[in-house]
Amino acid sequence: MSNTAAVHENEQISIKKKSQIVDVWKRLCRNKTAVLGLIIVAILVLIAIFAPIVLDYENQVIKTDYGNALKAPCAAHPFGTDEMGRDILVRVLYATSTSLSIGVVTVIVSLTVGLILGSAAGYFGGKVDMIIMRIMDIFLAIPGILLAICIVASLGNSIINLVIAQAVSAVPTFARVVRGAVMTVRDAEYVEAARAIGAKDSTIIFHDVLPNSLAPIIVQTTLQVASVILSIAGLSFIGLGIPAPRPEWGAMLSASRAYIRDYSYMCLFPGAAIMITILSLNLLGDGLRDALDPRLR
Amino acid sequence: MIKFIVKRLLALIPVLIGVSLLVFFILDLAPGDPAKTILGEQARPEDIAALREEMGLDDPFLVRYGRYMFDLVQGDLGTSYKTKDPVGEEVWARLPNTFKLALTSTVVAILLALPLGVIAAIKQNTLFDGISMFISLLGISMPVFWMGLLLIMFFSVKMGWFPVAGADQGIKSLVLPSIALGFMHMASIARTTRSSMLETIRQDYIRTVRAKGLPEREVITDHALRNALIPTTTVIGLQIGSMLGGSVLTESVFAWPGIGRYMVQSIQGRDIPSVMGCIIIFALSFALINLLVDLIYGFIDPRIKAQYK
Repeated sequence: MSNTAAVHENEQISIKKKSQIVDVWKRLCRNKTAVLGLIIVAILVLIAIFAPIVLDYENQVIKTDYGNALKAPCAAHPFGTDEMGRDILVRVLYATSTSLSIGVVTVIVSLTVGLILGSAAGYFGGKVDMIIMRIMDIFLAIPGILLAICIVASLGNSIINLVIAQAVSAVPTFARVVRGAVMTVRDAEYVEAARAIGAKDSTIIFHDVLPNSLAPIIVQTTLQVASVILSIAGLSFIGLGIPAPRPEWGAMLSASRAYIRDYSYMCLFPGAAIMITILSLNLLGDGLRDALDPRLR
Repeated sequence: MIKFIVKRLLALIPVLIGVSLLVFFILDLAPGDPAKTILGEQARPEDIAALREEMGLDDPFLVRYGRYMFDLVQGDLGTSYKTKDPVGEEVWARLPNTFKLALTSTVVAILLALPLGVIAAIKQNTLFDGISMFISLLGISMPVFWMGLLLIMFFSVKMGWFPVAGADQGIKSLVLPSIALGFMHMASIARTTRSSMLETIRQDYIRTVRAKGLPEREVITDHALRNALIPTTTVIGLQIGSMLGGSVLTESVFAWPGIGRYMVQSIQGRDIPSVMGCIIIFALSFALINLLVDLIYGFIDPRIKAQYK
């Protein structure tokens, strides 16, 4: 009897969980701009996955061919070729995978650290909160991209150092958001109940508190991917990003500066690629915010 | 009021100590021997050793940090490895340019953002709203250096109206960098203005003002906007950090002789004291401007001023 009751309860929980996700999904689908964002993000993800498989890195992406240099857009090279005769379309597509994967990896790293620090600060409060947040304040006192510049300048530019630099400057933002979200549910009755039945602090945080404060964290994650991609492009633009010859949008723009007078097409496409990526992630992030928390509208 | 300012200034001290320690630590990780950077690759080992001794490079980290801080509080930011000039002088000479750019681009951002935000709110859910919000979304999504390149391409190269780079043509040189940097920051200001305006025009006192028969224009500008501007001011304040960060990129695009460009050049030359000095100055300006923004709230909202006691 008690067994069937438990099964019944389990069923109800799973139904309830599913319906919430379906609810959010439905609200997201009703928002036209969010759907547009989602579709573009999906296409970009597909490009990011398939570009390295379909394109031949050695022969298509980085191979120089000076005979073909600085060709304006034409049938063979829809976006034209750069100063080393490399096809700009191929490089823009390939760079999608570089930027997106670094963006996602960075955000996963900083989200993990931010989750731990932010939930500890928000859940325990008091001294723990004070110490963690004062340290975060120090990081926040340096504008994010400057901190990243400082780290890459010191460690040297490689992809790993770029991830470290971006992650370090993104952690305080996540810690703040998570802390705020945790504090709003910390004193809820179900948390008190969990504490009353003797659950461990870590269980309460990961089992009861965090799942209920996910909404702002998900939104922040989407927006943070956009901001990381933007600062990678910025760092590459000033020569502190992805090392050559691997294509990167910001680095391509930086190279195009010398040819802006006569070969201006060179600086159009990489910039447009950055803009479309950031725009679609922002549309999706805004849509998620509205869908996850209808009260905010 | 004075007590509030002093309190805030005192609270800055631990933050700035933390920032300098953090940056000093990060830059200390840089590979390479500063003595070799100064003397060049061909220098004799004994010269390098002598210089290391003279600069105290072999001292423990905290001793070197303490020495740096001791000089810093006396206004000495160290000596550039490259030019051998005091970093303080180099930074000081460029500071006005960076502030000029930050100020004009803030003005550009506000001038673009307020009308966009207000119109979007008054005409909520119309085509105007859609267009305004799309423009502001473009501002968030366009990298500032790409915007800069496009402006140069069109207004400098094609039309020849403004110089391509540099700061030697006065106001004319300032126009394109300010637009590029301002456009980037217009976005969040416009969006915040829209949402706070939407909230304000639904308040009871606005209904009262309307019922009194005041023209709609006066209702909006004199009564609604003033209160709606408080969150907008907050956002303008919050933007200062990314404004300073963005100025590094903008200055690089337009070869604008400010601290940002100096910092990038110093990084390329592995000139650590200069990089350190630039970041310290950036962090200090960031903190001081934030304090200034907090004080400005008081003038906009007397309720906040009352808390400054």
